[in-house]
Amino acid sequence: MSSARDDILGRIRGKLGADKRDASEQAVAERLKRTGPQPGQNPIPARGQLAAPERLALFREMAEAVDATVAVVGSLDDVPTSVTGYLAENNLPAEAVMSPDARMDEIPWADQPLLTLRRGRAEDADAVGITPVNAAIAETGTLMMTSGAETPVTLNFMPDTHIAIVQASQIVGTYEETWGELRGRTPRDGDGNFMPRAVNWVTGPSRSADIAKTLFLGAHGPRRLHIVVVDDNDEKT
Amino acid sequence: MKPTSRAFKQNAHEALGDKNLQEALSDLEGGFVQGRLNAVNKLPEFDQLRDAGRDIKHHVLENLDVYLEIFEEKVVANGGQVHWCRSPEDARQKVLELCRSIDAKTVTKGKSMIGEEMDLNHFLEGHAVEPIETDFGEYIIQLADERPSHIIAPAIHKTKEQVADLFHEHHQKYGKSARLEEPRDMLDEAREILRPKYIEADVGITGANFMIAETGSTVIVTNEGNGDLTQTLAKMHIALATPEKIVPTLDDATTLLRILARSATGQEMSVYTTFSSGNKRPDDLDGPASYHVVILDNGRTDMVGGDFNDMLTCIKCGACLMHCPVWTAIGGHAYGWVYPGPMGSVLTPNLVGLEEACHLPNASTFCGRCQEICPQKIPLPRMLRKHRENAFTARLGPPQERMGIALWAWLAKRPALYRLATSLATGALRLMAGKRGSLKSVPLAGGWTHSRNMPTPQGGTFMQQIKAKRRAGGAP
Amino acid sequence: MKVAMFVTCLVDLFRPSVGFAALKLLEDAGCTVYVPEAQTCCGQPAYNSGARDEAKAIARQVIEAFEEYEAVIAPSGSCTGMISHHYPALFEGDEIWGPRAEALAAKTFELVSYLTDQLGVEAVTAAYQGEVTYHDACSGLRELGIRDQPRKLLASVDGLNLSEAPERDVCCGFGGTFSAKYGEVSGAIVTAKTAALGSTGATTVLGGDLGCLVNIAGRLQREGSPISVRHIAEVLAGMTDTPAIGASDAEDGS
Repeated sequence: MSSARDDILGRIRGKLGADKRDASEQAVAERLKRTGPQPGQNPIPARGQLAAPERLALFREMAEAVDATVAVVGSLDDVPTSVTGYLAENNLPAEAVMSPDARMDEIPWADQPLLTLRRGRAEDADAVGITPVNAAIAETGTLMMTSGAETPVTLNFMPDTHIAIVQASQIVGTYEETWGELRGRTPRDGDGNFMPRAVNWVTGPSRSADIAKTLFLGAHGPRRLHIVVVDDNDEKT
Repeated sequence: MKPTSRAFKQNAHEALGDKNLQEALSDLEGGFVQGRLNAVNKLPEFDQLRDAGRDIKHHVLENLDVYLEIFEEKVVANGGQVHWCRSPEDARQKVLELCRSIDAKTVTKGKSMIGEEMDLNHFLEGHAVEPIETDFGEYIIQLADERPSHIIAPAIHKTKEQVADLFHEHHQKYGKSARLEEPRDMLDEAREILRPKYIEADVGITGANFMIAETGSTVIVTNEGNGDLTQTLAKMHIALATPEKIVPTLDDATTLLRILARSATGQEMSVYTTFSSGNKRPDDLDGPASYHVVILDNGRTDMVGGDFNDMLTCIKCGACLMHCPVWTAIGGHAYGWVYPGPMGSVLTPNLVGLEEACHLPNASTFCGRCQEICPQKIPLPRMLRKHRENAFTARLGPPQERMGIALWAWLAKRPALYRLATSLATGALRLMAGKRGSLKSVPLAGGWTHSRNMPTPQGGTFMQQIKAKRRAGGAP
Repeated sequence: MKVAMFVTCLVDLFRPSVGFAALKLLEDAGCTVYVPEAQTCCGQPAYNSGARDEAKAIARQVIEAFEEYEAVIAPSGSCTGMISHHYPALFEGDEIWGPRAEALAAKTFELVSYLTDQLGVEAVTAAYQGEVTYHDACSGLRELGIRDQPRKLLASVDGLNLSEAPERDVCCGFGGTFSAKYGEVSGAIVTAKTAALGSTGATTVLGGDLGCLVNIAGRLQREGSPISVRHIAEVLAGMTDTPAIGASDAEDGS
């Protein structure tokens, strides 16, 4: 008696034609090589394909259009004041849980000694989470985060306020560029498996319109998404 | 889930008389329809993306078994498992087995239409596992013990007052006694109640918008973040999927994601799009210890390469429902099963049988608006007509209707007899009407005259008159 | 141009004056119009009911009766769509009837769009006093792309003021046999349509498809509405001395 797996796959091949299996395998192998923005691949919107300063401007516009707030600062040194300023403006306590990620260590948090920071994953009591990003996509104002030992994803979802620290150089025009970067990473194993457990695209704070079709922010995920962009681009570009 | 599609006419009758439902369904044009149009107008490449999306899915279907095998390999390489299930009964049994393997007591759920197909919640409850819906719309209908009425907005048929009543009744046990008025407050209360559930849950079950063969990933799309909390905080993540959800690469998924939210809700991108690939890695600080993909067939593989192949390219955006004059008049429950509206009317007969679901492909005006806006350009009216052809051949449906059509066609092939019969019929209507311009009731036309008059024919057919004129010397 | 008119069963049986209006418009534009005797129905009721063989039999009759003419004109988007879109689909793969269906499809046109797109008619000399709104029939709109052409010609009608209804591209609920089989649902849809049309303040509704118009007129009559419903050909040809659709002789609405 055949297994459900054999049954299901067998029925599919029966419909497609057993004699076409070899050609299929070849077509699939070729297709799976088709990755990244090249001619003849899927169409990619022109919208995000801009020079760096325009990309930043577009990213900001798109992120604000989905109710994220964006603050642009000139250097990593400016980040701590920007963050404490944001928390104060929103009557939030000056404490947060932060990614253990080494990129966060480059920020001089000690400049704001009243800001209490814990490194680790989020717990239910955490009101504010601070994370780096893997990339930011100008096309739709989207943040891309990847899971990892230093980037627990609970920080993106559990605290009511999510503060993301973005380097302007991390802002790309299209999602396809981010996949290219991931594929270029050292594979976990000999079979070229490069994906982290989770890749999150976050476009604005959490929302729902399920009750009487009225839109509200802060469903299950964060009610506030604040993005601090460190504009380290060369002014003259 | 047991279908009640045979009772479509009765269901529709009740839906039309349901004041709450009619109120809830009003002004979807201004909301979803206009929203989609605005989003489409902002993206010049939208139509090209639709073509690309359709081509991606057609390519996948032509090579579906190969892609599924590769997907499974990749899932296993990521430490996960794939479970193949022929029927909804097998699938829910498998889910129960997985829950029992870690002695699960509670299960949080993200929205999954496949879960509805297998009637998962009732089944789990019957086996001492408590399912908790976390998507607000699903949460609302779980409290009401109802089915979703739309594939992405499950509680769209509920008014604000109805939701307030449900919360008031069911939140007492959490110590909440006030009946809330404002949706904002209801949202906050539901969030507060559901947050601890995520943390306590043993298993988190989500759907899967896409399965990516390149990486063995499942993708979910939410606005609330409930799908992410569901899969991240539980010890086990189960993703429910069906075979046709495969896409080849991350780039292909991206193309389809560009047209999904725009079509579904008019958003540029849903708030949360998550690509899940396997178990928690050894150094990860959070994430599920185990990851399972349950692939349910339930009749889909029978559609591959056949007359309804194109239906398998559907990405479940729900736009066709919002644009359908029939769905917007009666809502989703009238269709009697999991999938309503145009896509449901094509899919359901394939999954539960044409005899059970015969009304669905018939209850359409073929206005074509669904095909016009479908992100995948699925030829829905053509497939609805195909169901009608199959039904006609199988002699399903009322015999009077088949006889009526057969009679009309028989006459139409015989012009002289046709002219005779039709002048008699129109003459009769004129007699009945007398001096009136229209008739309030006409024998055999109760369906029409229920809410309309029947305009009286002018008298004398065109063909009679033109023949007389031209015989009397009026050109060619 | 030697054209043949496919009068359509609804015009033939319910409202011959539309056929004569179409005749006048075509002749005024310089056509010689033939009316082949052997026409009855385009076969759409059978086709949409799933009676494919019956539909093909009727289609063969239509093809035979009309294929010799330079062009075939019908005062209906839905019948035109049946011939120009669905006949080729019906005979796909048929070596004999396939090419014949394709040939006929290529030269079959809806009346108003034929006048504007093929014959270059830019204006008519008719007059019609009134606030008018225009209903776009689904097949004409979606299968044939008819939207601007009727409006172009209506703009040239002396005294006519056109307002656009909200939800213009939403179906009126006719759908052929749907209106009888699912009468209650159809009734709900046409009720929404008459509300949308009425919200313009128009006193006349025009359209290019008699099925839709009979449906809308029937609902308006049931509502006791004074709004008149006519086929656009009647107005463009200046032939509005007959009672409007569903109106009695006593209530001649012109």
